[in-house]
Amino acid sequence: MTRSWSAVAPLSDTTATTETDVPALPGDGLREGIVAQLRSDIGAGLVDTLVKPGVDVWARVATESWRDAGLALRESGFHYFCFLSAIDWLPSPFGRGEDDPSAPPPERRTEIVQGYTGGSTRFQVFARLTDIQRHVGITIKADVPDDEQVVDSWTSVFAGADWHERETHEMFGISFRGHPDLRNMYLPTDFEGHPLRKDFPLLARIVKPWPGIVDVEPLPGEPEEADTEGNGE
Amino acid sequence: MIAVDLPYWAQSLLRVLGGTVAVLLPAGTIVYLFLFKMMSFMQSRLGPMEAGPYGSMQLFAEVGKWLQKEDIQPENADKSVFKMAPLVVLLSTFLLVAAVPFGPDAYFTDFEAGVFYALAVSSISVLGILMAGWSSANKYSLLGGLRAAGQLIAYELPMVLAVVGVVIQAGTMNFQGIVLQQNTGSIFGWDGIGNPYILTQFVGFFVFMIAVQAELTQTPFDMPIAESELVSGYMTEYSGFRFLMFFIAEFATAGVFSLIASVLFLGGWGIPFSWFGWTTADSVDNWMNVVGPLIMITKMMALAFIIMWVRFSYPRFREDQLQRFAWKVLIPVSLVNIMFTAILKVAF
Amino acid sequence: MVSDVTDLIDRQKLSYIAAQAADARLNVELETEGMTLNIGPQHPATHGTLRIIARLDGEQVIWADPSAGYMHRGYEKLTEVRTYPQVNTLINRIDWLGSFANEVPFILAAEQLMDIEAPARAQWIRAIFFELSRIANVSLFLGDLGVQLGAITPVFMAFRDREYVLNLIESATGGRFHPNFDRIGGLKDDLPKGWIDETKQVMKKLRNFCDEIETLLFGNEIFQSRTRGIGVIPANVAQSYGLSGANLRASGVDWDLRRDQKIALPYDKVDFKVWTHPDGDAFARCWVRLQETREATLIVDQLLDGIPSGPVMAKVPRIIKVPEGEAYVSTENPLGEMGYYVVSQGDLGPFRVRIRTASFNNISIVPWVLRGVFVPDIITILASLYFILGDIDK
Repeated sequence: MTRSWSAVAPLSDTTATTETDVPALPGDGLREGIVAQLRSDIGAGLVDTLVKPGVDVWARVATESWRDAGLALRESGFHYFCFLSAIDWLPSPFGRGEDDPSAPPPERRTEIVQGYTGGSTRFQVFARLTDIQRHVGITIKADVPDDEQVVDSWTSVFAGADWHERETHEMFGISFRGHPDLRNMYLPTDFEGHPLRKDFPLLARIVKPWPGIVDVEPLPGEPEEADTEGNGE
Repeated sequence: MIAVDLPYWAQSLLRVLGGTVAVLLPAGTIVYLFLFKMMSFMQSRLGPMEAGPYGSMQLFAEVGKWLQKEDIQPENADKSVFKMAPLVVLLSTFLLVAAVPFGPDAYFTDFEAGVFYALAVSSISVLGILMAGWSSANKYSLLGGLRAAGQLIAYELPMVLAVVGVVIQAGTMNFQGIVLQQNTGSIFGWDGIGNPYILTQFVGFFVFMIAVQAELTQTPFDMPIAESELVSGYMTEYSGFRFLMFFIAEFATAGVFSLIASVLFLGGWGIPFSWFGWTTADSVDNWMNVVGPLIMITKMMALAFIIMWVRFSYPRFREDQLQRFAWKVLIPVSLVNIMFTAILKVAF
Repeated sequence: MVSDVTDLIDRQKLSYIAAQAADARLNVELETEGMTLNIGPQHPATHGTLRIIARLDGEQVIWADPSAGYMHRGYEKLTEVRTYPQVNTLINRIDWLGSFANEVPFILAAEQLMDIEAPARAQWIRAIFFELSRIANVSLFLGDLGVQLGAITPVFMAFRDREYVLNLIESATGGRFHPNFDRIGGLKDDLPKGWIDETKQVMKKLRNFCDEIETLLFGNEIFQSRTRGIGVIPANVAQSYGLSGANLRASGVDWDLRRDQKIALPYDKVDFKVWTHPDGDAFARCWVRLQETREATLIVDQLLDGIPSGPVMAKVPRIIKVPEGEAYVSTENPLGEMGYYVVSQGDLGPFRVRIRTASFNNISIVPWVLRGVFVPDIITILASLYFILGDIDK
């Protein structure tokens, strides 16, 4: 549960800030104002925020406040619904599918590390909204409880969330309380499993080993090339 | 044309052959010239070029292709109705061409009520289309068939009313009589070009051509086919020889309607009689029986050109707009046309 | 015209009530009313394999439900096993008619995370290709519009004029449809000699094409009566569904990501007009796209005049590793707003990429907008919303 600091300096010159309980540092003002408005609307529901001045703003809300956050943002001007999806923070046990089947599986990172604004669960739902008047967008995240992956649905707040939640449910297995018709978006109804989870293997790499494993024969006259590194071009 | 008394069976055979030619030749000409070549040139492409010089044999290639395809019928289709539908549509074309005169003595039959017969018989194709739509066991075909029923019945009326104006002016329902009236007539005493009814009945001509476009289910009235919605409408399930019959029927009917329009409005097989000093049907020279059909074909091609040209250029009407156009625009216009024709006929 | 709109609203209300009643009856007796029609997945009108299940009452739609996914290729899963340059090849194929435009937001997101700025010349050329892909995409839309409505001739002119643009793209990048030209840090290559003059000639031709289509198709009374007042989408509904691009602007919302968002491409250095239309019907959507195409040709002319000289590729390490972070970049693609939310954990490839495609949101409004319309209007509305299957299905 390490929090990742944003050490990358944005394209403008000021350094990035992440805040928990510290009041907003001077930045571009607009995004800090949005954060302050959201905090005043849902209070303790706002768990963590990250403002990159001049670039973007992220906010993480408590799972119970997911729907309220959406409503509050819509009331404060974010009428445009961009998208809604989920992230599975578990590092893939299959790596990038480039394992040599004859060799033992390599050591892999197994601890779950969340991204901006932290988190404490494996799954997080995140959504993006845009305010057309103020020309700004915001990304909101929320943890999905590990034992029972259910969050509130946003369909009563934004009509467009309907299809996005169907896709998220199908790909990650996260249910949305209050969604009128949570059936599969892309996959057939009898599909088993949730493909975008990291422990769902990419079958193309399981069925046939990745072709890059094979040593590439060097051209005559060339020195011996190191093998198996993915071509960087 | 032959000063020989042929036995009855020979005459009948000639008539049958002539009828077949009269139906297939316009169909073939229209398909090749207008559908393949003219449409392609208007769309800045060349059209078929491979089969024969400049693609002239494409028609035969197509016919051969369609003939050798498998005869597929949907399993749930009503087999006998499914098979009969294209025949019924083609039947109406043949019946229609039987009334059209091609020369002073070159005609199949000489009905006294030729116009009445032609308009009645042209409605048989509606039956065929409905049969095709219902028997195909396909919802798209059904939609197409129902749309066709509504559309074709709606546009029968403007067609009939437009022709009534011609009948009033000619004073006869006989096709031959109408031709003679036009070619012996005169405009305010000047008989240089006879009296083609397109000049006085231009409103009727306009309405008739629009109604013909709708009767043929050509764009802008091709809701029954509506390629981007119903795939092929009532023709969706047809392939091979049966589709060929629908195809031929579509273009043959276009040709035959153009022939009828040229008889009614353009003077038919005749050129103005005053050029040669003829006065009645009997005084027309015999070589007119050969030249007459050629003149008819020319006039037919001119009108078919217009029909096809409009077909390639316009988007299609929606069904309710189509009906509104027929009932609220065309029928009142043609009624007014009849009124004026009657008044002017009495006045002059 | 006003009576048409009130008729439409009345029909919608009536059909909605009928649908409620039908649903209530469903629990009591067998459904004998209405016909369920399957439009697609094989159909001449849908741009690909989209299936719409429509329940009809005669010719009127009671409800319609699009069923996407016949072309789902699992891109978001595939990006997790690819390196960043390999993802570039993959995402070319999302919106295949204007492919260069798909690469741009992803490359910009990666550059934002790596904190690399591509040189100015690269940004200008990127913008030129971006607009060229818009022209290629939307000119096909203009032709296809005619075919959907029954006018079969404009599509040939559209393809003929589109060939010029595709030839241009091919001469510079090597690929007509999938150029795969953008690289993290710049472009693959510089422009060939003589390309700029050639492009100016082609832009003139395309302006002629736009004028031709305007008179041929948009001026046609039948076209107008088929599209005016059909499929009206009010602005607030459009925003809540996330409609983007011309669909949003046709409902009166003045929002264009090229002008309204800070983006690395040099749109602040060119002068262009953002076209909106107050009606929100099918005609408005088509009309806005037409004007945008013409505007794109003018933008390309201005960009061509001002390309700075310099390198086309920044100093980028040979093996690209993007530092940890998350970035969302979206651009005004031909179909609408396309964005990539890239989550990186410092690896050779992304950890998670969320591909926000325009057509997914554009088509999610179909159940709402198709209530109460006639069957031919289904085609008109779908044609005016303009989607590409690869964009819906990823």
